[in-house]
Amino acid sequence: MARRESPEVNAGSMADIAFLLLIFFLVTTTIDVDKGITVKLPPWSDEPPPEMKLNERNVYSVLVNANDELLVRGQPMRPGDLRENTKNFIANPRKMPNMAETPKKAIISLKNDRGTSYEAYIRVYNELKAAYRELWDDAADVQYGRTYDELELEEKRTLRADIPLVISEAEPTSFGEEK
Amino acid sequence: MEFKLTIMAKFGRGKGRGTPKISTASLPDIIFILLFFFMVVTVMKDSELKVEVNYPYATELQKLEKKSLVSYIYIGVPAQRFRKKYGSAPRIQLNDSFKEVKDLKLFLEQEKSKLREQERGLMTASIRADKDVTMGIVTDVKTELRKIGQLKVNYSSKPRTDDL
Repeated sequence: MARRESPEVNAGSMADIAFLLLIFFLVTTTIDVDKGITVKLPPWSDEPPPEMKLNERNVYSVLVNANDELLVRGQPMRPGDLRENTKNFIANPRKMPNMAETPKKAIISLKNDRGTSYEAYIRVYNELKAAYRELWDDAADVQYGRTYDELELEEKRTLRADIPLVISEAEPTSFGEEK
Repeated sequence: MEFKLTIMAKFGRGKGRGTPKISTASLPDIIFILLFFFMVVTVMKDSELKVEVNYPYATELQKLEKKSLVSYIYIGVPAQRFRKKYGSAPRIQLNDSFKEVKDLKLFLEQEKSKLREQERGLMTASIRADKDVTMGIVTDVKTELRKIGQLKVNYSSKPRTDDL
């Protein structure tokens, strides 16, 4: 029987095959960085919410119409000014009588139209959330010398108890055109 | 004599041969390790996007840690190829198919059943809506989520770097 030399497998092309498989995998899968604004929706109740005697001064009304225009407490406003304005309302450093008594009592009421664009809604919601986050950062700095994110869960809870995030969303109006 | 010949066949002609070539036999092994790493770390795209979604921009972003605890609700205009059949008004896509708001309940229950008992309360609904979609359909989705009891929601957005 003739002796056959065992054929040498060229290991170089094995690497090419492996590269191909790797690239296939890279293309078809996603390390999809899933980021977004987390929100806890209020529980649904068929009954209308209980009538609460709200003091006007503690309510910060934000309205967004179908043209994505902002109306805050009856005054038009640019989205860029919303954050500062909201912070000022909640913290009320100069104890203005038409602004929140205490941050604990501050309530933000948000109302859209069914024709408001999602982009505008997110823009507004983001600014409101950012206002709270900045207030929390300031308070965390004063009390603990760190930013809000760096705090322990319990410490965060105590901070949030003093400055609770209360954004109440109302049923949207239907003046504008829905797409 | 035979034995010697086979050895020779593997190692090339005997003396006189210069420095041995670097074996590249281990290169594919390295690649395979990388490959398995990726297989473990990533998740296959579970559904093909049938609606067009351009995320809005935001700064207050949080990462959704565990992919397994997230259910995706896509809202957008149907892609070109579906426009003839499904129109060009924004629609909801759950997993792989176009659905209606009323289908949300069943969808979320199915997603929940895939999780372990103790994890079910931690499920988050990721709303992946296109930025030009109007709030009508989004509010309907949110109302339905509230009725079902799915209160943990995340609005998928891209990070914004510039100021408003």
